[in-house]
Amino acid sequence: MFGTGLLKGLGITLKHFTDTFTDDRQKVPSRYQDSIQLDKNRRIIEQPITQEGLLTIQYPEERRLLPERFRYIPMLIWDTEANEDRCTACGICAKVCPPQCIWIVRDKDENGKPVTRPAEFYIDVAVCMSCSFCTEFCPFDAIKMNHDYELAVYDRYPQLVYSKEELTVPLEYYAALWPTQFAAEQQKRKEEAEAERIRNEEKKRAAEEKARAKAAGEAAPAAAEGGAKPKRSAEELAAMKAAAAAKAAARKSGEEGGESAAVAEAAAEAMAAPAVSEADAKKARLEEMKRQAAEKAKARKESGA
Amino acid sequence: MSEATAVATAPVATDPSLPFSQEVPGAVIGEWAADSDKALFVAPDKLLPLLTHLRDREGYDFLSSVTCVDYSAYKGKARAGISERFDVVYHIYSTRQGGGPVRLHVRVPESETVPSATSVYPGANLQEREVWDLYGVKFEGHPNLRRVLTWEGFHGHPLRKDWKEAYFEEEAKPFKSRHPEGGYKWHEDKLPWGDNNTYPQNWDPDSWSEPVTYVPVSQAPSDHHAYGELDTQSIVVNLGPHHPSTHGVFRMLTRIEGETILALEPEMGYLHRNHEKIGERNAWLMNMPFTDRLDYINSMSNNLGYALAVEKLLGIEVPERAQYIRVIMAELTRVINHTWSIGFILNDLGALQTPALYAIEEREMILDLFEEISGARLMCNYMRFGGVVRDLTPGWEERAKYLVHDRLPRALDQLDDLLSGNEIVKARGRGVGYLSAQDLIALSVSGPMIRAAGLAYDIRKAEPYCIYDRFDFDIPTLPESDIYARYYIRLLEARESIKILKQALRDIPPGEVNAYASATLNQGFGTIMGGKGGYNFRPKEGEAYARIEAPKGELGYYVVSDNKANAYRYHVRSPSYINLNALGPMSVGYKVADAVVILGAIDIVLGEVDR
Ligand code: SF4
Ligand code: SF4
Repeated sequence: MFGTGLLKGLGITLKHFTDTFTDDRQKVPSRYQDSIQLDKNRRIIEQPITQEGLLTIQYPEERRLLPERFRYIPMLIWDTEANEDRCTACGICAKVCPPQCIWIVRDKDENGKPVTRPAEFYIDVAVCMSCSFCTEFCPFDAIKMNHDYELAVYDRYPQLVYSKEELTVPLEYYAALWPTQFAAEQQKRKEEAEAERIRNEEKKRAAEEKARAKAAGEAAPAAAEGGAKPKRSAEELAAMKAAAAAKAAARKSGEEGGESAAVAEAAAEAMAAPAVSEADAKKARLEEMKRQAAEKAKARKESGA
Repeated sequence: MSEATAVATAPVATDPSLPFSQEVPGAVIGEWAADSDKALFVAPDKLLPLLTHLRDREGYDFLSSVTCVDYSAYKGKARAGISERFDVVYHIYSTRQGGGPVRLHVRVPESETVPSATSVYPGANLQEREVWDLYGVKFEGHPNLRRVLTWEGFHGHPLRKDWKEAYFEEEAKPFKSRHPEGGYKWHEDKLPWGDNNTYPQNWDPDSWSEPVTYVPVSQAPSDHHAYGELDTQSIVVNLGPHHPSTHGVFRMLTRIEGETILALEPEMGYLHRNHEKIGERNAWLMNMPFTDRLDYINSMSNNLGYALAVEKLLGIEVPERAQYIRVIMAELTRVINHTWSIGFILNDLGALQTPALYAIEEREMILDLFEEISGARLMCNYMRFGGVVRDLTPGWEERAKYLVHDRLPRALDQLDDLLSGNEIVKARGRGVGYLSAQDLIALSVSGPMIRAAGLAYDIRKAEPYCIYDRFDFDIPTLPESDIYARYYIRLLEARESIKILKQALRDIPPGEVNAYASATLNQGFGTIMGGKGGYNFRPKEGEAYARIEAPKGELGYYVVSDNKANAYRYHVRSPSYINLNALGPMSVGYKVADAVVILGAIDIVLGEVDR
């Protein structure tokens, strides 16, 4: 019959209309109940997957809550504990970068010998394709993906060529943006340090052992060659086994991602403010984001001027 | 499907043990390693008889891919002693028997021509034009051999190994200038020869005019006396390149008589960026995020096709869980694509924007899921060789189940209810744009279009990849082969995808996601969650062709390795591009307004057409 299509269509529009308001009404007194206030009239809202009705978000007053794995452009990590750049200027990120938009100048000491530190580090973010390969392959966890997507400037060059200063963020910022991954990394670092410690101890013990054997060998030169050697290698074997086991454990916990309880616990330990509620953590993340963005914008403006 | 083929030994003198030596004597002059897809070297002068024989007697009715390799810079051992510069490569499948391809290589020196396959398979049309355009290999007997992706004033043939692009730096990435002395330099200032632009000899931009003849359009009758006493003349009209319903920048050159289309030719290439050249400068892994940018609606299935091709070369297995994740992503993508396509068919019918936005509402939810696991909504870059880059996040499966069991079926039912009985959709769609299944196959069309013509050909069933053979699903077909059928088939296919998704989400096992650890790749560095190793591996010498049933049709990747860290040849057989073969034949006789919907129902994405 003519006209049914029209009626059906209007019915759908009406349903969307009412759905939108039902959805809002459930949140009375405020539509922004679970949102995070950024500043006076900006907030982050999280859309549940079950939301009905209108899905639109009123950007820029409202923003989406970004998932942890969100990738935009890379940032360099300043290790606040060690007080140094994590980057060693190894150049791996520049090699894997598909559009080749990373440019690194390795630093030199006063004798002109290269040192493991970047003197300059540029990313042409107009070219960066946000693939995150640099992040995946950096062996030192020194480059990570930022969530800051508001990069608009008036000129591409030089404003969109980010220098090391513009790229660098403190470790805490990364920890706030990527809590799960950060926790997993911390856990892995801890385990590696532990394995390293055990390895060193074993080495020391083996050295002592050797010295003792040498002394014994001097005392009884004829017997030592046959007797001491197999004994020592058995001990070495045990040490190697222990190291391998520790390594395997580290690998295993790494592969499980941040999902196991052990890792989550480590996360709480590793974070500066442990066991905060999720909302607070979000808030912290966003506060930091905001601060960072403001800083960056300022820096950019200065460099553009 | 067979393993990656080792590159062939030099062709030997014709001997009776070679395939088809009885039927077409002297056609096949060499063979590839025994474990390969049937890969045969063909004498150029015997190509057409062999193709005819394959089509008529052996049932190989579907010419999937025609491409070319320029071996002039080949470093591998397999080509020792072979002087011909180019290999034109054909992959031919059978839609009746299913299974793997016949792969033919025709070797040609630079100065010689190859007989055009268009007389046997009309679908070779656009692909041969592409080979001519990008490689400069001429096809004898092609009805319309002119450039297709670049323009007529373009200098050189850009996929030849000795052609250098603007801002050329080095043959292969990584470029040396980036580390350790990589002070950033503005590109424009950096190169001694400026932007590396060259022009054909004697080329003068002011006096130059397009020397082309648009063959189907120019050959269409220009005078028409349809209305008795009224003496009318047909005129040539350009639809596009900037037209809201051409889905990007795309031009339809038409000869029309009143409102009726007498001839139509697609003109493309406005978005051409020489994806394949970039791919051949890249290391293998680097191509992965570039594939996202082909059909930017379906980055997940683009990733999947490329990963499968390189995995074939590498011979690595993918762990169970990653297999399931891949299928889930590919099918979610199909739902996105089909709802999108339905929405935009309506758009082209004149229902501007509103229905399209309703149709793609659920897409936002699926993109949220993509973003959560991969970090991006459109450019997912999620697959890796040997798996996927990261595991699902906690709670992801539950959210996906909610979508698959509740929300998506509801949305599809709503679309069905609203549109399938709608008078306007029926009136505009029924009987418009008809082309028979035989014609479509002959034109190398694939995907929903041929299923809407009644041919149940789906690569997921015909030549199963990943783990599609484990799922219970149907291939819906409709007999009408018109706009309406092309709309409705997409709805039915989205429902089948949901069926697959339900099973996959039910059966997905826990476990490791990425096979890097067990693969025979160079062990590189890697963070704990990223892929380990594998950014500078070297696949063994050989070539591989992997194809998947992408939402738009058959998406194939043809890769050749000469045992280097960079792809020697990287070719994308893109369904959007090749399906456009049918646009002209489909539109003739219909109205201008119909041509817009006919194009919409082919469902193209210009990022993939132009590459
Ligand atoms: S960011 Fe990482 S990969 Fe890049 S140079 Fe620094 S340490 Fe190496
Ligand atoms: S995200 Fe990708 S494109 Fe961007 S700098 Fe990193 S590797 Fe390069």
